Amino acid sequence: MEYVNPEGLRLDGRRPMEMRQLRAEIGVVSRADGSASFEMGNTKVIAAVYGPREVQNRSQQMNDQALVRCEYSMANFSTGDRRRKTKGDRRSTEISLVIRQTMEACILTHLMPRSQIDIYVQVLQADGGTRSACINAATLALADAGIPMRDLVTSCSAGYLNSTPLLDLNYLEDSAGGADVTVGILPKLDKVTLLQMDAKLPMDIFENVMQLAVEGCKAVESHIREILLENAQTLVIRQGYGS
Amino acid sequence: MRGIRLSFSNTQKLRLEKALAQLESLSSKLNSNATVIVADKIPVDEDAALKGHGTLEMGNDVVASVCGVVERVNKLVYVRPLRARYKPEIGDIIVGRVIEVAPKRWRLEINFSQDAVLMLSSMNLPDGIQRRRTAVDELNMRSIFVENDVICAEVRGFQHDGSLHLQARSQKYGKLERGKLLKIPPYLVKRRKQHFHHLDQYGVDLIFGCNGLIWIGEHVDVKDAMVEDQVNKSDPQNTHSSSLPGSSEEPTDTPLERRQYICRIANAITVFSALGFMVNLDSVMETVTLSLSLNLGVHEMLEAEFHVLVAEQEAERRSTSTRRK
Repeated sequence: MEYVNPEGLRLDGRRPMEMRQLRAEIGVVSRADGSASFEMGNTKVIAAVYGPREVQNRSQQMNDQALVRCEYSMANFSTGDRRRKTKGDRRSTEISLVIRQTMEACILTHLMPRSQIDIYVQVLQADGGTRSACINAATLALADAGIPMRDLVTSCSAGYLNSTPLLDLNYLEDSAGGADVTVGILPKLDKVTLLQMDAKLPMDIFENVMQLAVEGCKAVESHIREILLENAQTLVIRQGYGS
Repeated sequence: MRGIRLSFSNTQKLRLEKALAQLESLSSKLNSNATVIVADKIPVDEDAALKGHGTLEMGNDVVASVCGVVERVNKLVYVRPLRARYKPEIGDIIVGRVIEVAPKRWRLEINFSQDAVLMLSSMNLPDGIQRRRTAVDELNMRSIFVENDVICAEVRGFQHDGSLHLQARSQKYGKLERGKLLKIPPYLVKRRKQHFHHLDQYGVDLIFGCNGLIWIGEHVDVKDAMVEDQVNKSDPQNTHSSSLPGSSEEPTDTPLERRQYICRIANAITVFSALGFMVNLDSVMETVTLSLSLNLGVHEMLEAEFHVLVAEQEAERRSTSTRRK
């Protein structure tokens, strides 16, 4: 199948290095300490953060740092064919773990000993790149909850089809069977916290694809920062500092 | 904005925007560039600056680790978070809920990262006598507080193991009954000299817990209860005959009017927290008076129109207070 046509356009009309439209909103769950929704094109996820709060399972309590937990789930209506998914299937367990480890790397857990932070992410619409969207949503929700972090983790995926590196794959491109590289970075520190790839790629091509994904992460970062700053300024005005 | 999920009509939307723009113009003069978000660089004049909460050293720079406002006190630079859970300080007055009765202590949920502990030995027993707590007292703990009771107490301090201890060594602390508990974000409650308020005209008690839990209840006269207790003790025959309606044991009904006042105050605070304004006694009372003067029903306070009115009133209040300065 042709994923990039001779004019250099992809199936959904994007250029190979073009991202889907990003949209983010903060404060979508009223009872949570922090929450956000994040959209990349047709992929839409929602994240809620609770905590730091008392550890539910005493035996997991740590005296020098906070416990970070994460639960990933997909809504039944999120995919094309509606099906009931069991909660603890392999895929969601794996993604939960990936998100947890990525977020743990940037949260300053040592500042909140003997407590736990719960991150719940749910996919409302799946159209490829749910992993990245979940990480971005979780970052926003954590920042909204006022949890101290080293940096804002952002994530983006890239792939390689028809011998072209493609940024931000959608579902069709994702299921084409080509390589799918998901990268998560700490933009200010310039460090990689997540790197996943299924399928194989030659080394030199892999480097190109990864570079593309890193560029995507930086684009996501600038978008997230804008949203966060805007939100912070509204809060400052509402609370009325300086008046 | 968070919390507001109402359908505004077009004029209401415009009026709300206008009020908020007025607020913006009032506050933007002072700190437009003091707002930082995670990993933003904080300009520091010298190397000798002290790095406080919410900051992080990254290479040679000082960066923020939370979203907030940069504050500087002499050499200290810190970031005050805009949204966070409650962070206790010694002497804070808090409202919490009992979640467990444990040996010699109660555990309270207070919206902090851990549960707080109220020791049996750090509270005055209802009989008011200072004495050692015996095993009998320990067995009777459930007669004082049981699970799910709402309690008001004071932060005593942190223990060596990091747990938070509370105390309730006065008649004004203790179980809260016959009223309404409201949960708002803790950053909307400022620490003040006075957190207990008795609103005489409504016969209502208002407690602003520093942890964002607010109690609005029927007024209980603490001192009178003590006097009455003493009277009761002095001549036990008399109690049976005359003073039943006044005694604290008697579950008299709260009059309907007072219940409506309680709900009115609660709704005023709800509107304030939905709009994200700081909650304090004066502004809440102003809002209650506003709703009364407009003859609004209690439920009508939660509608879009009243949100707009409150926003306009707040803009007005802040602009007059800045003009006075």
